[in-house]
Amino acid sequence: MRSVWQSIRTTIVFMVLCGLLYPLFLVLIGQTVFPFQANGELVKGPNGAVVGSRLIAQPVTQPGLFQPRPSAVNYAANGSGGSNLGPTNPALIKEVRGNILAFEKLNPTVSVSQIGPTEVESSASGLDPDITVRDAMLQIPGVAKATGLSTHTLKKLVLGHVRGRFLGIWGEPHVNVMDLNLAVLKLTHK
Amino acid sequence: MTVQGSLQILVVLAILLAIGIPVGGYLYRVSTGQRSKLEGVFAPFERLLYRLVGVNPSVEMDWKAYLKALLLVNLVMMLFVYLVFRLMGHLPLNPDHLPSMSWDLAFNTAASFVTNTNWQNYAGEASMTYLGQMIAITFLQFTSGATGFVAAIAFVRGFINNRRSSLGNFWVDIIRLHVRVLIPFALVFAVALVGLGLPETLQGAQIAHTLQGALQTISRGPVASLEAIKQLGTNGGGFFNANSAHPFEDPTALTTVLEIIAMGLFPTALIFTFGKFMRNRKLAIMLYSFLIAMVIAGVFVVYGSEAAGNPILHHLLGITGANMEGKEVRFGLPLTSLFVGTTTAYTTGAVNAMHDSLTPMGGLIPIVFMMFNLVFGGKGAGLLNILMFLIITVFLSGLMVGRTPEIFGKKIEVREIKLATTAMLVHPFLILVLTAIAVTTKTGIASMNNTYLHGFSEVLYAFTSGAANNGSAFAGLNGNTPFYNVSIGLDMLLGRYVSIIAMFAIAGSLAMKAVIPESSGTLKTDTFSFGFVFVAVVVIVGALTFFPALVVGPIGEQIQMWSGQLSP
Repeated sequence: MRSVWQSIRTTIVFMVLCGLLYPLFLVLIGQTVFPFQANGELVKGPNGAVVGSRLIAQPVTQPGLFQPRPSAVNYAANGSGGSNLGPTNPALIKEVRGNILAFEKLNPTVSVSQIGPTEVESSASGLDPDITVRDAMLQIPGVAKATGLSTHTLKKLVLGHVRGRFLGIWGEPHVNVMDLNLAVLKLTHK
Repeated sequence: MTVQGSLQILVVLAILLAIGIPVGGYLYRVSTGQRSKLEGVFAPFERLLYRLVGVNPSVEMDWKAYLKALLLVNLVMMLFVYLVFRLMGHLPLNPDHLPSMSWDLAFNTAASFVTNTNWQNYAGEASMTYLGQMIAITFLQFTSGATGFVAAIAFVRGFINNRRSSLGNFWVDIIRLHVRVLIPFALVFAVALVGLGLPETLQGAQIAHTLQGALQTISRGPVASLEAIKQLGTNGGGFFNANSAHPFEDPTALTTVLEIIAMGLFPTALIFTFGKFMRNRKLAIMLYSFLIAMVIAGVFVVYGSEAAGNPILHHLLGITGANMEGKEVRFGLPLTSLFVGTTTAYTTGAVNAMHDSLTPMGGLIPIVFMMFNLVFGGKGAGLLNILMFLIITVFLSGLMVGRTPEIFGKKIEVREIKLATTAMLVHPFLILVLTAIAVTTKTGIASMNNTYLHGFSEVLYAFTSGAANNGSAFAGLNGNTPFYNVSIGLDMLLGRYVSIIAMFAIAGSLAMKAVIPESSGTLKTDTFSFGFVFVAVVVIVGALTFFPALVVGPIGEQIQMWSGQLSP
């Protein structure tokens, strides 16, 4: 009986310590020291309203903006996930074919052989905020046509937004789509 | 595969070793009650917790008392957490108005987190309130990791004892581990993670007006605090459905490197802690070398297989390149492959890519690592499995050379071998029997997201992950049905506690034996030739049991993919 009582007391003590005090202390630190990160790296548009998060991809179906990677959950930032389709599943072929068509629609000058797997295979989270440098370059003619910006300007813009490997070692060079699109909008609104 | 990519993998593992050795020493000092430099902070905090819990820290426990306390506190925690899941829809800290869980989902989730598995039949952002994420999930991520750790330490004490029954005091062990290890490590790591971009807020989801003028609801919450202990405690249960693939759980290549190091830290360190306990550095180096060789081999199989890509997509649609379905750009293939290997070797279960969409050979490695269940293994539980297989190896070697088997100066006799065999057989028994039941029932098959061989792999993966207390998934399988909630729930509970009980019984009988001094007839257990025998026993006794199932699942599918056949 004594150990039942001890077990209950242990449970309550650790629930309060690890389940309340620890996370609440972190919320306090996060909100005071790193408020931008702690709230989800939200970015505001020209009129001051929140347009999204730097870390969360959003759907781009109209010409004039760079497209993020395809999402199996239609960019639901309240319902992340991948397609979970296996490599021999006919549904995977159907999905990738659909993604190729969607990409070609906004980028009519690109041929299939130029398209890399990252641009037509769904990301793991459905919210991948980044694209490869090659995928960004492929989209330049389409964005140029829709916005009237020169391909030269856009190329410079993309290269200016490339984030390299951490310490030159880890990860792959990539471009954050939100940052890039905000830069495109800034140029077109001038 | 590139040289640069291989370097990305090897540098992480080198850092892990460099940190693991000193942390192993620190864990030894904590486990043996030595004073720390921060004694002035730790000791009063511990005394306060002893008073709140109501324990006398000077009481010694034999194996039965230690085990009873461990099981009882786990049961009480599971009941408390079950109630939280059933009621959280009506409790505070629920800004997004999420509902409570059904009985079967609450049972599965409570069993999952109390056993350090972290299998998730729910999607965090859609079905777990902030209160649940904090006082149920984050809480158990501390205590379940600690439970495995103290179980392993208590077992090791049994090895060292010379006709002495005490394995230590469970309450003291668990409190000391929290105060001196888990809480300070998690605090530092969590602060770093917030700085690197993980949210930590109690505000509800943010509605955004996207650049294109649509609406997007962005879920967030107290993520960083959970993420830190999720990785450090080899837990793996994510805040969001996409786990560490979600940009809010793992926003950069740097954070994924840190998360890999965090999940490998204690399992790596424990090998060196064990070496310190046995006063045998050579033994720790030998074990580390063989285990890390298995990790590296597995990771490179994943890397090579994913880099080769999917030939079917190439033939049918003309898409050339690596398999990027279910992967994120920022990590790149090398760190993704390393995560796949380490999360199953270190039995964590976090994922930064969707394992269901890996190529068959890429998906084979995590399944095999979970079937081994001792390639470092989870926090404490891994070391227990290593010790179990060491006992079996010593026994088999003893039979071969015709000597009474002994390990670390203790005779291994009938009782220990019976118990070790029981502990060993639970694992394949649970996995194979439950998989067989699931694939022969309509309700089991109806949950598959992929059909044919890959569908079989989904089910095999689920029960392997449950029994190994891993928690990663071929996530296409819809596990939130009464059948899978209950069956995987039992899988996790039996996989955890049957072997812990058997191992404690072994510890109890070893503790009471006299230590025999080493003689010329003693089989040396710290040599590389013994290591080869150890690995051979693990592969032959442990893994061959599973070979037929692997042929039907991933191996068969790899041949199917090479031959360009889509599933019917």
